[in-house]
Amino acid sequence: MIKFLLNQELREEHSLDPNMTVLNYLREQVAKTGTKEGCASGDCGACTVVLGELDGDSIRYKSINACLTFVSALDGKQLITVEDLKHQGKLHKSQQAMVDKHGSQCGFCTPGIVMSLFALGKNNASPDKDEVLEALAGNLCRCTGYRPILDAAFAMYEDTADDQFTLREAATVERLKKLQSEQISELQHGNHQCHNPRTSDELAALLLQHPDARLLAGGTDLALEVTQFHRELDRLIYVGDIKEMAQAEVFEDRIELGAAAPLSKCYSALSKDYPDFGNLLHRFASLQIRNQGTLGGNIGNASPIGDAPPALIALNAQIVLRKGDQRRAMPLEQFFVDYKVTLLEESEFIEKVVVPRAPAADQFRAYKISKRLDDDISAVLGALNISVENDVVTDACIAFGGMAAIPKRASHCEKVLIGSAWNQATINKAMEALEQDFAPISDFRASREYRMLTARNLLQRYFIESQIVEVETRVTAYV
Amino acid sequence: MSNHHANTKTVEEMLALVKQDLKTGVGRSVKHESADKQVCGEATYVDDRLEFPNQLHAYARMSEKAHARIKKIDLSPCYEIPGVAIAITAEDVPGQLDIGAVLPGDPLLADGIVQYIGQPVIAVGASSLETARKAAMAAVIEYEDLDPILSVEEALEKESYISEPHTHQRGDSAAALEKATHRLQGAVHIGGQEHFYLETQISSVIPTEDGGMIVFCSSQNPTEAQKLVAEVLGVPFNKVVVDMRRMGGGFGGKESQFAMPACIAAVIAHHTGRPTKMRLPRMEDMVMTGKRHPFYNQYDIGYDERGVIQGTEMKLAGNCGYSPDLSNSIVDRAMFHSDNSYYLGDATVTGYRCKTHTASNTAYRGFGGPQGLIMPEIFLDEIARNLGEDPLEIRKRNFYGKEDRNYTHYYQKVEDNIIHEMIADLEESSEYQKRRVEIAEYNRKSPILKKGLALTPVKFGISFTATFLNQAGALIHIYTDGSIHLNHGGTEMGQGLNTKVAQIVAEEFQVDIDNIQITATNTDKVPNTSPTAASSGTDLNGKAAQNAAITIRQRLIDFAVSHFQVTPEDVSFKNNHVLIRDKVMPFAEFIELAYFHQISLSSTGFYRTPKIYYDRDNARGRPFYYYAYGAACSEVIIDTLTGEYKILRADILHDVGASLNPAIDIGQIEGAFVQGAGWLTTEELVWNDQGRLMTSGPAGYKIPAVADMPIDFRVRLVENRKNPEDTVFNSKAVGEPPFMLGISVFCAIKDAIASVADYKVSPKVDAPATPERVLWAVEAMKAHKAAADATTSTEQTV
Repeated sequence: MIKFLLNQELREEHSLDPNMTVLNYLREQVAKTGTKEGCASGDCGACTVVLGELDGDSIRYKSINACLTFVSALDGKQLITVEDLKHQGKLHKSQQAMVDKHGSQCGFCTPGIVMSLFALGKNNASPDKDEVLEALAGNLCRCTGYRPILDAAFAMYEDTADDQFTLREAATVERLKKLQSEQISELQHGNHQCHNPRTSDELAALLLQHPDARLLAGGTDLALEVTQFHRELDRLIYVGDIKEMAQAEVFEDRIELGAAAPLSKCYSALSKDYPDFGNLLHRFASLQIRNQGTLGGNIGNASPIGDAPPALIALNAQIVLRKGDQRRAMPLEQFFVDYKVTLLEESEFIEKVVVPRAPAADQFRAYKISKRLDDDISAVLGALNISVENDVVTDACIAFGGMAAIPKRASHCEKVLIGSAWNQATINKAMEALEQDFAPISDFRASREYRMLTARNLLQRYFIESQIVEVETRVTAYV
Repeated sequence: MSNHHANTKTVEEMLALVKQDLKTGVGRSVKHESADKQVCGEATYVDDRLEFPNQLHAYARMSEKAHARIKKIDLSPCYEIPGVAIAITAEDVPGQLDIGAVLPGDPLLADGIVQYIGQPVIAVGASSLETARKAAMAAVIEYEDLDPILSVEEALEKESYISEPHTHQRGDSAAALEKATHRLQGAVHIGGQEHFYLETQISSVIPTEDGGMIVFCSSQNPTEAQKLVAEVLGVPFNKVVVDMRRMGGGFGGKESQFAMPACIAAVIAHHTGRPTKMRLPRMEDMVMTGKRHPFYNQYDIGYDERGVIQGTEMKLAGNCGYSPDLSNSIVDRAMFHSDNSYYLGDATVTGYRCKTHTASNTAYRGFGGPQGLIMPEIFLDEIARNLGEDPLEIRKRNFYGKEDRNYTHYYQKVEDNIIHEMIADLEESSEYQKRRVEIAEYNRKSPILKKGLALTPVKFGISFTATFLNQAGALIHIYTDGSIHLNHGGTEMGQGLNTKVAQIVAEEFQVDIDNIQITATNTDKVPNTSPTAASSGTDLNGKAAQNAAITIRQRLIDFAVSHFQVTPEDVSFKNNHVLIRDKVMPFAEFIELAYFHQISLSSTGFYRTPKIYYDRDNARGRPFYYYAYGAACSEVIIDTLTGEYKILRADILHDVGASLNPAIDIGQIEGAFVQGAGWLTTEELVWNDQGRLMTSGPAGYKIPAVADMPIDFRVRLVENRKNPEDTVFNSKAVGEPPFMLGISVFCAIKDAIASVADYKVSPKVDAPATPERVLWAVEAMKAHKAAADATTSTEQTV
């Protein structure tokens, strides 16, 4: 059984199919059709809803894609949809601003946009343009060209009155507290089952008991198996309720990122030491995805085009795996064996990722190359971490995504660099060496030739950025 | 009758009110009629309708082959799955199998042969969409491969056409080319475009006791839905009612492509007697339905030393996909617009309608116009580079003249040409010349990032080129409380048509728009309608509704004249009141009075566009009632290491005549610009060598996101320029023309690329200009530059 608040209504669901998405739950089970299906793949944002999560004595509001979120993730939370915003016959400020600025045309993306604006309003008292763009990057609108929506995002702040969610937040907190449970909760429907453990010990035990279970974190990739590939997932273990695995902690010498920490949480832990990791995470899918998707998931699915692994590899990150009571750690680069194959054993899971703190010099760069700048899958992702002392390269850790069947280090390239003078001649040689490191493929995102040339040019970009600060090298700097 | 609207205002108060203007009439930025509902999730789309206990959901199994003969279909495995009510093939269609929009060629379900990957072969009706899908996939279908034609070049070479080539000709282009001082030739691929309406294709049908259907359909063409559903069922049209409240986006994609789900649902409902819904999941929608036509265009241009075009030959080859659909008119429109705003000299323009084994390409905002209109922008840039002049200067020299050089290559006279003034205005307001200098300076100093600038015009012909389609109907009732029910044959897809038509009616009756209820487009209210397409929605339906309103208003005036013994000039409607000589009363009170005096308060209205005709055999005529104009100046920045880019600024000046609703018009312009820019930048359709669409979802097909809009976005309407033609309140159509303003982004990107070789050569870039294509063009420029520098240094050495 799972228990949650559907806005203010307490719901106890005993037999929902764990393969059911929140979107289908809303539209088909409770006949709330305001939330729309635009793509069922987390790319358009029409299904955006907001989850209210208990955070001490307050509530944290997260925009998520209902189409990629399985119902098990609702346990103990408040689900807010577009129908819930109008209060006592009066539009919510996020809605009123959309009307006043002519922000809706066909209206099909509008509920999702309103919910993203609502979440923005809850999380940011006075956003700048960059932050507004971040909040809306996962909401596609085909009609307006976005200008009026952007205007609405700012205009909604002109209404400074507290909304009904703020006014009754204390009461909602109390209600949510009552829903929190230390016990494993479960959903069962036919032969579909989902367990929601609360501790990593419980998770370890469950995985030993059910080696065939699929781990469900944000579900932003796993749910596609159901919504796009029409597979059935018989046994799921949802790790989002394991608080100890959802931490992102900064220590003196390292940053520890729990495997179930949402990417948006990892952002704040990483971006201070590694501003370019922050920049990368800003362009990692959309905010809705980052609010749900986890670092553990991005590593665990072992995609050759995941954005986080190359960056983590370049930072010499370690990965901690656990099976039962046994733990082992290894450099992340060793974890990836072949296309979608990792060293993860049966019943083993990723517990956390450990990233060393940055040295004094800011030498890490992550470059994401994609057809569309925002919310796109990389054609090439280059992560470069090069140490130079007295104009000589003392260390180089360079990893690429999109260039091989796995996120992979450019070892020939690194070899050329290390010990060489930090100059254009060395860079030219290092660029040549990439040809030995990679033999990328052509697909609809990019040709192999483009991938190779871009990878080479990213080395060039790194060199220029390290040498001449006044030269502009990134179009993304323009907002 | 009750006294529920008893007037509480004094005569003085009413007289004060009638001195004020109506707040929601024509020319006001009234909000979209559904805005309040849309932001609350209360606006109902077809999929939001409550389902029935015996509801069926339909799913069509798609062909896995681009071209093959069907050897065997075994549906028996479908029935092994619980919840399956029926599985059908082409043989189960009781009436006519073909659902082609104008010409036959589109079987509802494959009839012995499949002609593209994604073509519906069988369909299943089941208790849920997932069950229907599972069952459809369980069927056994065997194919025998046939050779497919997958590229437009191959189709051209093999003369694989869906209909014969057609030519527009003025003068002797061959002689003009021969005589010209300069000549350039080239060819370019212009990509197609997925509509990506946020709401995918959907229809929901309910069988009636008369053997017909009630069809709720997301369609730009309810009358066509009525016709096709009736035809596949083999029943008269009057058995079928189509209801269409709103679409979640159309953009042309629901002008004909709604038909397959509507008709499959109808056939299943017919056989089972159960309400049936067919909604295409996004991937199926993208694979099954047609898109904007990709074009392969060849050009041969002769020009003089000033860059003025003397002769033009163009071959425009549209990839129509496997069937005619609307392709004849679409390729025609590409030809009609291959001059954009320019006099082409002696010109021969030939359009080819290539048949390939891909989804049947269809209407998409601009209807082929953009694929033709971009051509002069490509070759004028090239002329400018060849002559070492600014592309804007070359454009200006080639504009249609006001007194001479003002006949198109299809012999329509270009009247009311305001492009000269608009370009001058935008050139100044966008500070084109100043920025041109600044950008050159920036590019000199910036080794990696380069900026580009381009100012391009748009001239777009308004009217359906199939002349008979230029008609519309409307229906107005006024109830005894003064509230107005408004219906017309157009469809609302977000463009604000309902709002504008309501404003027109509000203006005619001088009542607030809140007093007017817009209702779903419905074939039993207004029959025999044309699609809402060709930007004509307001021009046609607005006029029809205006005519209906005028009819009722005239009856009311006649009544007042006889009842109050006044002259017609004594009667006027003003701001929710009626003035009758020295008497004033609220509109509602007057309506009730008219009712009691047995005045008919309901009327239809009809409109047909005057003046237009076209003789296709001789390729001459006046296919367009008028032209709409626009101009855009875009600035971009590109990265010469990766090909990435951003639109830094866009200034737009657009002509909507006398705007009916500036907020809605600006919304159309901005949205069209961004969609047009998307078409030419990141929206790349990729098929594999089997003919399978690889970019079949938003993960791979990238429409503009919020950060892709210009960082600095300035849109203005041309002011004080009423449409000289007698359009509704002298407004102009706005749906399609601004789409082509996006071409300025394409040209600006090419300008930035050209900077790499000091603007001496024009980069060759196919559309869309993806980062990859930009990078290859930059590489080519670097090679040019290196070769040029080498030559220079050799010369110096010598």
